[in-house]
Amino acid sequence: MKKLKMSIATMLLLVVSFTNAQEKEKMKMDHKMDHGKMMNMNSDPKAEAILNDYFSLKDALVADDSKKAAQEGTKLVASLKAFDTSSYTKEQQEELADIIEDATEHSEHIAESAIDHQREHFKTLSKDITDMVAITGTKNTLYQQFCPMYDKGSAWLSTDNEIRNPYYGSRMLKCGKVQKTIQ
Amino acid sequence: MKIVKIIAIVLLVTFVGIQFIPTTRNQSDSVPSTDFMLVNNVPKNIQNKLQISCYDCHSNNTQYPWYNKVQPVAWFLEDHIKEGKAELNFNEWNSLSTRRKTSKLRSIIKQIENGEMPLDSYTFIHRDARFSEAEAEEIINWVTQLKDSL
Repeated sequence: MKKLKMSIATMLLLVVSFTNAQEKEKMKMDHKMDHGKMMNMNSDPKAEAILNDYFSLKDALVADDSKKAAQEGTKLVASLKAFDTSSYTKEQQEELADIIEDATEHSEHIAESAIDHQREHFKTLSKDITDMVAITGTKNTLYQQFCPMYDKGSAWLSTDNEIRNPYYGSRMLKCGKVQKTIQ
Repeated sequence: MKIVKIIAIVLLVTFVGIQFIPTTRNQSDSVPSTDFMLVNNVPKNIQNKLQISCYDCHSNNTQYPWYNKVQPVAWFLEDHIKEGKAELNFNEWNSLSTRRKTSKLRSIIKQIENGEMPLDSYTFIHRDARFSEAEAEEIINWVTQLKDSL
């Protein structure tokens, strides 16, 4: 009899702890789903395409490769053109259109200029892309980095938290610091 | 000797001939309410400088001195005006968003700083369009102020 009581108690305990665990698991799942939904909402493939081209352009400038940067500028013009704002609110659409227009102009200039000029335009372009990400979000963790020396202080975005300066390239590769992490 | 004469005549005929090919004049009597000078409080001396050095190619109204009406100079100018206006039209300034204005002002500063604007080919004949060092600095300072106030 005592044995039976013990086993019932154990069973009960097990059941309770099991449901409890399930509850917890569910909560975790809910949380994950929430997060997943957010991630989904925050990842626009066309915005990711723009970001990819932007990062290739940045890498070309880091490598002091003006020719490559010009090519990436041309690609960026195309991916900016392909951007579709229809899934955003009216207000966001207006701001995105403004950003795209500005970014396109800078990319066009980058596509046909010498490296100093490319870097000048890259500065404003970086501001545009940063503002775009604030609206569209991104699936990757980005680092907003900042070089206090170039043109009274200039920022850019990178997928790597290590500094590789696109404004100076090999002349001052590691000048700058991470200003903000964008997730 | 005869060949030189023939060449000279051919050149002369071509030169006279091309004068009859029409070019579109960039001229307008009215200044739209979106004009840079109308919406910004621009000091008189900077107004003058912008008018003389920039407005010929960056507005809807070009001042045409006689040599700008002569071909092939007029063609050359026509092209520059088209390109210049596409890049920046001071007459349409206020139709730009704050982002676009900031962007344009930054480009203006850079272009003057680097001595890229006004174009050498333009100042070559248009001597008064050149910026002295002091003038360039004055304009850059003022434009920077305007940019920071946006």
